[in-house]
Amino acid sequence: MSSATAGTPATSPPQAAAVETPFRRFVAEFAESRLALFGLGLFLLIAAAALLAPWIAPQDPYDLAQLDIMDGRLEPGSPSGDGRMTYWLGTDDQGRDMLSGILYGLRISLGVGAGSAILACLVGASLGMLAAYAGGRTDGLIMRLVDLQLSFPAILAALMILAFLGKGVLNVVIALVVVEWAYYARTVRGTALVERRREYIEAAQCLALPTRRIIFRHLLPNCLPPLIVVGTMQVARAIALEATLSFLGLGVPITEPSLGLLIANGYEYMLSGKYWISFYPGIALLVTIVAINLVGDQLRDVLNPRLKK
Amino acid sequence: MTVFLLRRLLQAAAVVLVMSLLVFLGVYAIGDPVEILISPEADQIERERAIRALGLDLPLWQQYLVFLGRALQGDLGRSFVFNEPALQLILQRMPATLELAVGATLVALVIGLPLGLYAGLRPHAPVAKGILAGSILGFSLPTFWVGLMLIMVFAVQLGWLPSTGRGETVTVLGMRWSFLTRDGLAHMVMPALNLSLFKTSLVIRLTRAGVRETMLMDYVKFARAKGLSPARITFVHVFKNILIPVVTVVGLEFGGTIAFSVVTESVFAWPGMGKLIIDSINVLDRPVMVAYLMIIVLMFITINLVVDITYSLLDPRVRLEGKS
Repeated sequence: MSSATAGTPATSPPQAAAVETPFRRFVAEFAESRLALFGLGLFLLIAAAALLAPWIAPQDPYDLAQLDIMDGRLEPGSPSGDGRMTYWLGTDDQGRDMLSGILYGLRISLGVGAGSAILACLVGASLGMLAAYAGGRTDGLIMRLVDLQLSFPAILAALMILAFLGKGVLNVVIALVVVEWAYYARTVRGTALVERRREYIEAAQCLALPTRRIIFRHLLPNCLPPLIVVGTMQVARAIALEATLSFLGLGVPITEPSLGLLIANGYEYMLSGKYWISFYPGIALLVTIVAINLVGDQLRDVLNPRLKK
Repeated sequence: MTVFLLRRLLQAAAVVLVMSLLVFLGVYAIGDPVEILISPEADQIERERAIRALGLDLPLWQQYLVFLGRALQGDLGRSFVFNEPALQLILQRMPATLELAVGATLVALVIGLPLGLYAGLRPHAPVAKGILAGSILGFSLPTFWVGLMLIMVFAVQLGWLPSTGRGETVTVLGMRWSFLTRDGLAHMVMPALNLSLFKTSLVIRLTRAGVRETMLMDYVKFARAKGLSPARITFVHVFKNILIPVVTVVGLEFGGTIAFSVVTESVFAWPGMGKLIIDSINVLDRPVMVAYLMIIVLMFITINLVVDITYSLLDPRVRLEGKS
């Protein structure tokens, strides 16, 4: 993606507005794109639906007492056998309401995506910062590791880690952190190398501030913008990767089904024309990923000084 | 050039060594190697004999050297499930994966280049915006789900294309190929299209960005001032220059395509390496996992090496980098 942005010609630096705070300017610039606002709204809606799933879902899809096997594989819009509810998105082979299943699945998908992104960010940013600040051999070692990691496709690395660790939500998070930290490390190092040569760091060093303070209070805040952009995109990537791994049967266990696992469950019914078991969880996954990417695209445009209008 | 080649080869060898150590540690340090490498049906005497035969009573560093020595001789263990050498098992399935990956690459270039070229030449046309939006969707869509949807529409509802398997194959040079038969090709269409999804988007974006950048160059302006036809400018002056980054990325992505075929092969039950590795992981056939990982690592390093060398041939600045 970076090569695509590099192709856009750089324009003149922004005009500093009089009374605006940087945050307000950021909000105003972000809001310039309706599409990005739409994406943000959509994402907040999805996140809220996932958080509130136990209260808004028509049934608890994992309470076996609420399931009726006689309601299995019903088409979208069918009423339930006891007439108490309508399965708007159909049911799966266990007679589970797909809408409820998707709402609960979103919880796992978003949780794993966000959790792994935050952890990977912590690990990657620390190592990237260390590489930039220490330089020399430490830098060389960390960056060789980053190169090695990035030259190997994420899906395969994650696959192998899960093959050794086994299924499980925590294991998926570990695998995602291992395959994603390098992006953060590279981003932070790149920015930190530039920022470190700036006068304000020199000034801080002249004041004999402790290194820890310089790194965390001066250097890190100025490296945040690109980190936020990479982080947003990586959340979407992590969600997609988790879904793929779960689809392959190596991700989350059957007791905590994410969207990917729901799609996998519908696979065998697909060939007999019962599309909805795989179709709707896929749509939920797609909408989530697109919403995050829309936000990320706009964040990149707003936070990238090279693209400032 | 020789120095450059030697340096790159040494680097590649170092990476292989590091990766073999990682794989070794992955298999031998996580989990009990006895459990992993000796079939669970073996009795006590067989186990002890196997432990000695596999050298599991030796210290770890010595075991690594033994592992490395055997790997160099092409011995990566035997599959528990198929009771065949793991390496042979994977090599048998490699043609299926390779033809799928090549097919996907061709699809990506055939679709991606013209669309990217158009979007780059007319960036403000509505069609170009549509193409760009489509490419963003291509990045966002989960590949396996698109595969399922392809099956649903073209195999189940329309019945135009077969849903799974490789179809009829022809044996050429001792390997079975699908692309030489009509039935095989029909089986290949959907998997190749599915696998090319990400790549097509990438080619569109790269081509578009490249064209937009190149159109502003002085030599293009000069060619225009010289009175060359727009077609000649587009296809000779612009197109040739944007091909370098596109070829590089597509080449580098070839490894990624092979890696990602794990997903596509599982969706379409395409009997390639990717399907084999997923099946092996599910039944914990660890020798096959090790062999697959080592082959993939080798493949990646070779691809990187080839791309680097090609690049240095195309652009002399690359190989002179270290000298000045």
